[in-house]
Amino acid sequence: MVGILPKGKIARREAIWFWIFILPWVIGFILFRGGPIIASLFLSFTNYNVASPPEWAALDNFTRLFNDRIFIKSLQVSVYYTFLSVPLGIVASLSLAVLLNQKGVPFLGVFRTLYYIPALVAGSVAVAFLFQWVLNPSFGILNYLIGLFVGPSGVIPLGIKGPKWFFDPNWVVPSFVLLSLWGFGGSMLLYLAGLQGVPTTLYEAATIDGANAWQRFRNVTLPMISPVILFTFITGMIGSFQVFTPAYIVSNGEGGPAYASMFYVLYLYLNAFRRYRFGYASAQAWLLFIVILVLTILAFRASRRAVYYESAGEGDNAI
Amino acid sequence: MTEQTLSQNIVRPTDIRAWKMGFLSTKNAQERAAAIFSTILATAILVVVLFPIFWMLSTSLKGQIEALKMPPNWIPAKFQWNNYYDALTFNPFGRYFANTFYFAGTVVLAEVISNSFIAFGFARLRAPGRNFLFVLVLATLMIPGEVTLIPQYILFSKLKWLNSYKPLIGPAWFGSAYLIFLLRQFYMGLPKEYDEAAVIEGASYLDIWARIILPLSKPALGAVAIMSFIFHWNTFQGPLIYLNDNAKFPVSLGLSMFRTPFGGTPWHWYMAASLTVIAPCIIVFFIAQRYFIQGIVISGVKG
Repeated sequence: MVGILPKGKIARREAIWFWIFILPWVIGFILFRGGPIIASLFLSFTNYNVASPPEWAALDNFTRLFNDRIFIKSLQVSVYYTFLSVPLGIVASLSLAVLLNQKGVPFLGVFRTLYYIPALVAGSVAVAFLFQWVLNPSFGILNYLIGLFVGPSGVIPLGIKGPKWFFDPNWVVPSFVLLSLWGFGGSMLLYLAGLQGVPTTLYEAATIDGANAWQRFRNVTLPMISPVILFTFITGMIGSFQVFTPAYIVSNGEGGPAYASMFYVLYLYLNAFRRYRFGYASAQAWLLFIVILVLTILAFRASRRAVYYESAGEGDNAI
Repeated sequence: MTEQTLSQNIVRPTDIRAWKMGFLSTKNAQERAAAIFSTILATAILVVVLFPIFWMLSTSLKGQIEALKMPPNWIPAKFQWNNYYDALTFNPFGRYFANTFYFAGTVVLAEVISNSFIAFGFARLRAPGRNFLFVLVLATLMIPGEVTLIPQYILFSKLKWLNSYKPLIGPAWFGSAYLIFLLRQFYMGLPKEYDEAAVIEGASYLDIWARIILPLSKPALGAVAIMSFIFHWNTFQGPLIYLNDNAKFPVSLGLSMFRTPFGGTPWHWYMAASLTVIAPCIIVFFIAQRYFIQGIVISGVKG
């Protein structure tokens, strides 16, 4: 980079216009991104409740966080949730995409549209209510169906009783995982688009070489769509660490029972906007940022060998 | 939107062609069996996936006692359509809906204009440092909103913007990283010759953006509009933090504070209100799903 504007007259004019066009983003970046990030880093080293000016507290907030049992619990809840929901979501949506990508499956557009409906609303207040109802221990339809099929007097009498879902601390996170899996049509769409981009010649060549269906999937499909898997893994992970609405609604903003639904961001919200501990909550936010950053970097590192980029090195388009 | 255009959006000619060619053109019996098996399995899974929405509808049309009946009635004994009227008038949902349309509508307008403007700069104009800045745009995607939330809240409270939609709408005028990225990917795919010809004709870059790029990018702008609408229709955390006054609530917040005159949890009312709240999303999606899916695919697969 040599200076901010190039020498030639035409190039100079173009560069000036570039800055005019991206000006809204630059202003927004300073006001709503870059500025606040630095401000929250500063706040994380202070005690601040809006009413009085921030008080320097050095590393107090961070040492208190690691001695805060609810904070540790919230970290555990979010980690458990993320490492359960993200891989399950990838397996479910990839399997469905492979199924729909089967040669000769009709009405692909209809399937795509209908499977996407839950993804539209999966994180909303309405769907949190819906899952509370469907997973209700006594009157919920899911436990009724479990009883009907595998209950003591069910079709296959295995004597299985439906769990208490959102009311049993051991089942709370799996219940939220179920809710998030319901939106699997979203990433399915990406996989389907990825699968349709795999050249059929590769499959033909593999078939001629004697590869069976599993070997074709393992050695052609997986490498070809590995960038999409990485994309959904990283975005899924970031999203899972930020789950808020369903946890807030289901637990009535309290994170119960026994803090089993105290997701990371729910606890952050409660500290910031119920107790006005802005310094403490900023420290939580920064730790979250670091966790996400580290996990993202690890994912990219791990993927370097596993992910295959067809267009790597094409310059601008490669981003 | 007529029924005909609606069905055209869902079943596109290519699908029908694929279907005709599909079953008929798979020559060998094994392949045809696999296709039939896959179709049946995909349909069965679809039934399971959409079942909760059916159950929402079914519960919403029952009486309070019937809703708790075990074994349940799959179809309500008598359709209690008045549940909808009662649930939505006992809480001021008319108000909530009006607020949400205003909020989501304004944000959509702001996001379409700002992001297309910014993306034009990144996609079509050369300047030193452009790639670095674009990487910075992408990097902001990885910043969790929580990190910027508290300083933003403090900023808006100093501006006396609390308990208004300003903190929720204002930032939309300054672009969002994801939508800038989506539109930039789309603009990069448009032939550069158009711009060059226009420059030779003496057009300004503003003209090129407004008269050439915008008309050519209707599908991508449609995708941005619909994604933005659905996101802001459902958004909850922002309104929860910034709005205190019940009369200003959007549907998401209004629903979370849902009140009923009954004891216990009247699930029939809850389901009626919930279904009404998500219905506009689903309808908008059906009308514009082609744009929507395209947008997701542009940003996801090429990303």
